[in-house]
Formats: sequence, structure tokens, C-alpha cells
Amino acid sequence: MLLKHTTAEVAERSALTVNPAKTCQPVGAMYAALGIHGCLPHSHGSQGCCAYHRSALTRHYKEPVMAGTSSFTEGASVFGGQGNLVQALNNMFTIYNPEIIAVHSTCLSETIGDDLAQIVRKSIDEGKVPEGKTVIYAPTPSFIGSHVTGFANMCASMASQLAEKPAEEAAPLDQVNILPGWVEPSDMREIKRIMKTMGIPYVMYPDTSDVMDAPMTGHHEFYPKGGAKIADIKSSGSSKATFALGAWASEPAAKELWKKCRVPYETLDLPIGIKATDRFLAKLSEVTGTPVPDSLTAERGRAVDMITDMQSYLYGKRVALWGDPDQLLALSEFLADIDMKPVYIVSGTPGKKFMNKMESILGDVVPESKFKNGERADLFLMHQWIKEQGVDLLMGNTYGKYIARDDDIPFVRMGFPIYDRVGHSYFPTVGYMGAIRILEKILGVLMDRQDRDSPEESFELVM
Amino acid sequence: MSAPILKERNKQVHEKGKAAFDLQCDRKSVAGSVSQRACVFCGSRVVLYPIADALHLVHGSIGCASYTWDIRGSVSSGPELHRLCFSTDLREKDVVYGGEKKLSAAVRELTAKHKPAAVFVYSTCIVGVIGDDVDSVCRKAEQELGIPVIPVHSAGFAGTKKDGYKAACTALNKIVGTDETGEISPLSINILGEFNLAGEAWIIKEYYRRMGIQVVSILTGDGRIPDIRKSHRASLNLVQCSGSLTTLAEHMEKEYGIPYKRVSYFGLEDVSKALYEVAGYFSDQDPLIMKRTADLVREEVETYLPALQECKRRLEGMKAAIYVGGAFKAFSLIRILRTLGVDVVLVGSQTGNRQDYEQLESMCDKGTVIVDDSNPMEMSHYIVEKDVDLFIGGVKERPMAFKLGVGFCDHNHERKTALAGFEGTLNFAREVCASALSPVWRFAPRRRNSL
Repeated sequence: MLLKHTTAEVAERSALTVNPAKTCQPVGAMYAALGIHGCLPHSHGSQGCCAYHRSALTRHYKEPVMAGTSSFTEGASVFGGQGNLVQALNNMFTIYNPEIIAVHSTCLSETIGDDLAQIVRKSIDEGKVPEGKTVIYAPTPSFIGSHVTGFANMCASMASQLAEKPAEEAAPLDQVNILPGWVEPSDMREIKRIMKTMGIPYVMYPDTSDVMDAPMTGHHEFYPKGGAKIADIKSSGSSKATFALGAWASEPAAKELWKKCRVPYETLDLPIGIKATDRFLAKLSEVTGTPVPDSLTAERGRAVDMITDMQSYLYGKRVALWGDPDQLLALSEFLADIDMKPVYIVSGTPGKKFMNKMESILGDVVPESKFKNGERADLFLMHQWIKEQGVDLLMGNTYGKYIARDDDIPFVRMGFPIYDRVGHSYFPTVGYMGAIRILEKILGVLMDRQDRDSPEESFELVM
Repeated sequence: MSAPILKERNKQVHEKGKAAFDLQCDRKSVAGSVSQRACVFCGSRVVLYPIADALHLVHGSIGCASYTWDIRGSVSSGPELHRLCFSTDLREKDVVYGGEKKLSAAVRELTAKHKPAAVFVYSTCIVGVIGDDVDSVCRKAEQELGIPVIPVHSAGFAGTKKDGYKAACTALNKIVGTDETGEISPLSINILGEFNLAGEAWIIKEYYRRMGIQVVSILTGDGRIPDIRKSHRASLNLVQCSGSLTTLAEHMEKEYGIPYKRVSYFGLEDVSKALYEVAGYFSDQDPLIMKRTADLVREEVETYLPALQECKRRLEGMKAAIYVGGAFKAFSLIRILRTLGVDVVLVGSQTGNRQDYEQLESMCDKGTVIVDDSNPMEMSHYIVEKDVDLFIGGVKERPMAFKLGVGFCDHNHERKTALAGFEGTLNFAREVCASALSPVWRFAPRRRNSL
């Protein structure tokens, strides 16, 4: 009973986060940067930050993660980390030979006031960045936002620093931009499949498929074959439109593309569940004038068929969710659509829109639902709610396993990080096929539970 | 292909037999190097973390707390407070106005709820820079709450992981020597630098019990504040994982006159040697202790040797690489692997010192590559060049080894079974056998005889 201290009454806390439902910005920036082909992420801070982020991503993906660090010292923290970063860039290009280095800051370098833009400019001026190589940078202070903010900031930097403004009179290219948001390599692969099925030319970044799910070859590829190509990202400034999936993770980059290159954008929910996928496809169809092909409509039909077949196992089930806003909004809507009750939802990621949007999704259909984001919206709070009145299912990252065990609740892992199961790298949760995958996972744990708990006489062979 | 070594690192890589041995170590990592090292905070956190009845409050941005939440398999036989994650989660306004008030409130809220035996407050990079007076907050809280509230000065940039070990020792030293009550046997020890991963401390403690020795405290595996308070009254300190707790042992020697010995519990040879040394130390006071120890060692060796010989038969002729945090562990690993018929062709550590590396060099065969503060590119290169079959390392090395198609055993935080003591030696051998000889490597395109 690891969480035996948790009681049903909600303890007032003024200053403390217990068992957080978030982590800090830089890890998100590192993950985003890995979605550029030939990119070496770089952490401008103490050595530990980089080690922790690499370990976190390695535990989640079971993949080697390469990243450099400025290895701050006492001296750097007093006099600034400029020297460290200039030397680091030089060393990394010399020995690791990446196409691009994506630098992110840390709470330390932000607090001492290092100006990444200025340091990168200086490195270029001093010839530390070889001809044809690229450096981008994103401020990711750990004391603002969360890991999602860091991901969004790095994506915004890709847009603002790599995308090229088209010539005045030039007609837009026959392509659209997809900003997939913080999703798994499997999801990025699935989004690409959908685009291909639709027959719409696209540029997508970041793209961690074939990077964070690289095949085993017997060689350690520093730069696996996947990742968005720099040339493609550059061309995103000339695309017809941008589809930003997930307001938290992707909208800042879409705004940058609009500001710099006047590419109009649509911010959509992550295409998780039936309705969100419908909206994504409808919008794609509307903007590009491409009809949704029958094969995708058939996938939708299969997902809906599965829901109708299994509805008696789903309806009325109370679900507790935690994780990141973009996932939680789409997932809550999907759960409500399949007649489940997302009753408790927490996200450590701040953002005022979250409460309003959640209210609009759940207010009428699950009026008893409680949700909170930002400070002290953590798993301790979630557990107190659950103690108050129980749930039938938990959905979220690995950190829910303590609650699942202590209170014996079925648990579907979804989100970041997942340290104790595999599959998320390979099977998507986006699109109609993703909906089928989510359903399969939910039904699997709920029906296993029913089998385990039902008395012998009502233990059923056919379910 | 020549080895991809940063020129600043040339002196931190040595191939035995190629040149005179002059390995540089104890250096700051080169900026830009994909180092496997962590920071001061990490060093403090891993040492103190296993103390299960204390509260571990991380004062800083959320990341430092969340990345160290329950990642070390240090098992507790009782309280599990150490496995929860507590952070002051400093935000922008705290960076501007300071985080002292928040810290002070957090300590009080936590203590009221959990009634811990002590509170450790880790100050991280950002706290070091915004200048919170953590000492004074802790002092005030301690007076008010009546339990030790101990600042751990672990700003990540203020040195290396080793400095974090020192900060942890400084913190522990504030608890040592604060309880004079109760009887303690003259045949008594403290076990230092043992973190009870997968229950290893329990295995070792049981050996000492069978030898007739009282274990006063374990620092810090399955650790308890009341035991640490009394630890200054033990007769002998035994220091494993030399890097982390030597500072405390030295201090206890100076302050309380407790001598210390460096020991290792990995491998039949080393664990037997450790137990005999301790028995020898106490043999004047208890003439029968040598006999009891000899019986124990014989019994244990007889139990595990046949199975170990079977492992050796299967592993004979294989080649291994070792990359660990502290070099001391590498000595034991080289000895174990040798007894299993495995050659070590690459060995390195994150934080070894000059003396450690000299000893490593003397133990290694000609052609073995020795590295300090290495990185995945160097290691990948040598794994391929030396045609390694097996890698012994930690979390960041595991997927690299697997991608290269070689077996792996985690001898760090994520070890799956107890690897210490006599039974741990067999567990290690079995894990090594299972991974190095796995049929999956036949599907690795690079490996010889692949399908």
C-alpha cells in the first residue's frame, strides 16, 4: 500500500506538488528535436538535466537517445554559459556530425539570463557552425508550463527559424503542413498513412517515426533514417495551409508559420476518437478539396461497429484520466461518446482554456465530472477524488500504477511516460484505427476484470 | 575506422599495451560531449533516496523531482515514503520573488501529513541561482517541528556527481551521533554504500547475522533515521561502492574513531574476502568467528559453485564490455567475468579516480580499452571493433547494447534480481547467460552467424 497515506478528504495544500502529472519543459524540446532527421538535441544547462531527459525518453521508448549538454560549472552559472555553448556546438559538429543541432535552455540557463539567439549568432559568426549545417534554439524554462510547453516551444522554433518565407508573388506549393503534436512515433506513422490514403501532399514535423522506433540492425545509428527533412521544414513556409493538431503542443508553431510566412492555419483537437478524427478528415477535405476516400470511411465503420458490439461493457463506466491537455480533451470526448463517464481528470500542464473546453465537452453529458489543471493538479489530488468515490478504470501514464494497485482498479496506459509496458511505439491511438486500439485496450482490462471477479456460476465463456 | 574521440578526450581513453598508461580522469566533461554522467543533485539523490522513513523534498523546478520519482529499486521492509514524489514545483513568480516561503510551507504541510523521521531538502540548480536561504528555512522548521530538517546542497552545476555524494554524506553526518540509548554489541558494524537494490542489503545482513555480528545501520539501503542516529557506536564501517560514502566513513573515523574497510560483495571471491576480513577484525574478541565464517563461506560456495560452473561452460570465450558509475564495481565485475571465462575488452566508469584506473589497468589484459566519462559513440565503436558479446551497464547503455545486437545486464538502478552475495553471483551469471546466449541475436544482421 504505497499510497496508504491518501485519504478521501482533500487536504489543502498551498505549496506542494505530490506525485506530479507533468514534468519540465526541456524533455519535450528534446523529444520534438528528435523528430528532425539528422538532429542532435542539445541541453544548455547542467549535465544532470540532459542525463535525466535521455533516461526518461530511453525508458519510454526503449531506444538509445543521443543529446549533448553544455555541462554547466560554477563558473558558467556565474559568468554565463556562452563559452560552454560555443564550445559545445563546435565539438558536436566536429565529432558527431549532425545535420542540425537543436538547442534548448533549462531553468538554470534561463535564470542566469543566457540569450540563446545571441550565442548561436556568435557561434555562426565565429565559424563554429560548418557550412551547410544548421542550429536552431528554443527557450524552455522549466519553471513555466510543463513538458508540453517545451515540445510546443521547440516546434515553434522549427517553424520560425527553419521555414522560409515564399517570394512575394509565388503561388503556394501544392502541399499542407501537419503539426502532429506530442504523439507517439506510431501515431506520426498513422497520420502519414492517413495523408497518403487521402492523397494529399504534406510536410509533417516533427516526425519521430523511424527514429524512436528504429529497427534492430546490429548497428547503433546515431541518426536513424526517420525524422522530418530540413528541406521539407523549410518548404512549409510555402504550404497552402497548416493543420495544428492539439492546441497546446502545436498551435504556437502554426502561429509562427502564419506570422512569418502567412500560411493560414486550423487548430484542431488531436484526432483521438471518432468525432475528433471526423473533424480532422473533414477539415482536410474542406481545405484541400479532397474527398475522404472510402477506405477511411470503412475504417470509421469498423470502429463504430466495434463500439456497438461491445457497448454493454462500456456504458456508465467511471473513468479517471491524467496526462496532457491535448490528449485529455480528445480522449474525454471519445469516452463520453462511447457512453463511458470520464469523472476525474487532472493535468499538471497549465492553460486557462483547459477548464472551459473540458466543461463544454463534459458539462452536459457527465455533470458530475471533476477536472483541474495547472498547479497542484497532481496524482495525489486524483487519488483523493478516487478515495471519495471510486472509478472503474484508470487511463494515463505509468505513474497511475500505484493507484491501480492500491485500489485494485483496471488500468490502461496512455500518455507520457510509459515505463512499464510496450506497444505505444508501435500501435497508434490516433485516427479510426487508433480508436479501435483504444477500445481494445479498454475492453481488455474491463473484461479481464469481469472474468476475474465474477462468481463461478456467472463466469461466461461468451462475452 | 578510427575511433570517434573528441580531441579533448584523447587522454581519457587508453588501450592497454599501446602506450604508457597515463589516463586522465576527474575532469569536467567536455561541453557538447554526449556524456553518460549526471549532476550533483543526482549524486545526492541516489545516495539518500533509500532512507525510507524520511521525506525527500526536492526544492526546484518540477523536473528534478519527477525524473527521480521511484526510479531506483531500493527496497524497504517497512515505510515507503521515499517512493513518493514531493516537489516545491517552483514557478516563474518564485524565481522572481524567491521560493523560501513556498519551501517553508511545503515542509510544514508534508510533516503534518506524513510524520516523517526526518526531512531532506534538496536544493537544485535554480535554488542555487535565485539564492534562497535554504539553511535558514530548514533550521527554523527543525526547531518548530522537532525533527531533523536537513538541507542537501546539490545545485547541479556545483561540481560532478561525486560532489553530490559528498553533499549527501554531509547531510547524513548531521544525523549520525545523535542517539546514545540502547545496547550495541562490541561485534558491530555499519554497512555503507549498499542501497538494497532488489533486496541485496538483506542478503548481506543475513551473512553478518550468521557470523554473530550486529548490523547497526545500513547506509542507506532500507535505511532508517533511528538506526543512523546510533551508527556512531558501531565498531567498524564497511564501505561498498567506494565513491559514494567514503567521505562519511572518513568523517566517522575522525570524529568517532571508527575504522573503515573497503569491501565488495560482488562475486564469490570478493564476498568471501569481505566476510573473512570482517571476521579477522573481530577474531580477538570472538575466537569462534573465523570458524563460523569459514563454515558460512564453504556452505554458500558449495551451494552455488556447481551452477556457476555450468554457466562458465556456456560462456567460455565470450567478450564483455563494462561501463559503470564508480570504478570500484568494475574491479569486481572483471573478476566475476574472468571466473566465468569471459574476457573484458572494454571497461570504463563515469567517475573513477586515478588510483581506480591504475588498478583497473593492472587487472586488464593487453588490448583492453579503458575509458573515463565515455559516450555512446566511443562505446559503440569499441563494441563493434572488439566484437563484444555482452555489455554490463545502466539505463542509458541498455538500448545501445541491444541495438548493436549484444547481450546486456543492468548492474545499476534497474537490476532485476539481487546481484550481491553468493546467491547474487549466480543470479548475475544466469542473467548474463540468458542475455548473451539469447537466440534473438541470431536475428541481428551484424552479428556473426546471423539468420
